[in-house]
Amino acid sequence: MDEILRSVEAKPNENIPQLNPGDLVNVHLRIKEGTRERIQEFKGTVIRLRKGGNNANFTVRRTASNGIGVERTFLLRSPRIEKVKVERKSHVRRAQLYFLRERTGKSSRLKEKIKK
Amino acid sequence: MFKGLIGKKIGMTQIFDEDGVAIPITLIEAGPCYVTQIREPEKDYYSSVQLGFGEIKLKRLTGGQLGHLKQTDAPPLRHLREFRTRDHDLKPGDKVTVDLFGLGERVDVIGTSKGKGFAGAVKRHGFSGGPKTHGQSDRQRAVGSIGATSGVSRVFKGKKMPGHMGNARVSAQNVKVVLVDTERNLMGVRGSVPGSKGGLVIIKPARKT
Repeated sequence: MDEILRSVEAKPNENIPQLNPGDLVNVHLRIKEGTRERIQEFKGTVIRLRKGGNNANFTVRRTASNGIGVERTFLLRSPRIEKVKVERKSHVRRAQLYFLRERTGKSSRLKEKIKK
Repeated sequence: MFKGLIGKKIGMTQIFDEDGVAIPITLIEAGPCYVTQIREPEKDYYSSVQLGFGEIKLKRLTGGQLGHLKQTDAPPLRHLREFRTRDHDLKPGDKVTVDLFGLGERVDVIGTSKGKGFAGAVKRHGFSGGPKTHGQSDRQRAVGSIGATSGVSRVFKGKKMPGHMGNARVSAQNVKVVLVDTERNLMGVRGSVPGSKGGLVIIKPARKT
């Protein structure tokens, strides 16, 4: 029965590359305002990835003005995501980077991943 | 026109509509159903259509079930349900499939809710229970008062009290059909539907739209 369920779910969005926790990404989201469509960007660090078919999602955290953290969760298969650009990969030792929530400024930096 | 189907609940997931909005759906394996009997007012004093659903091995049926199904050329079926209707042009043996229902149509989905066993009043009727503090003991999930004293000297009929919960016929009314797959006999409705996965459900056009 699960196969039938999976078969009606959407295919993975091809505009989203393989993401990992700690990636600095720029998410381009299509937003409808009345009849007009525009692209909204959201730039931040991927702090978690969740599996689960059509409900698979990832959360991006960025620091807005005054050091206030903003987190936004996107559905991995949403057709609304125009593209996701990975700008930097970080070396992290956890799957969920919730520790970033308590950190600000210098301590919230992540070390860049060195390519082998 | 007759509209009605027997189906099996497959489970829930979500799909994206054309705007990219995620909508929760329940997937139902709806049909194919076969007409196994037509009830007529002249003979049975009421009119209805009996549908069968769920093909099984021939040897799983009892002699009585076999004899009943032999009157039509339908395959051996596990479930039989009647749909009260006067207005139909079906004959015994006819096949009824999901293409009866279209996208965007409103339907009622009837199922048997998950059994909760003997449940207290907090779970069963949404009572608030008693206070946690102020010297209370053993009162947190209690029913409370069940009525007045000498004025009535009895408990009113229908008073909400602990008891068996669930495992009852429940209708999900006015749910929207958002997916129809005639090839695989699948139907997706928005939102939830009573019962567990694999449970039997009946799909009818919505009574209240």
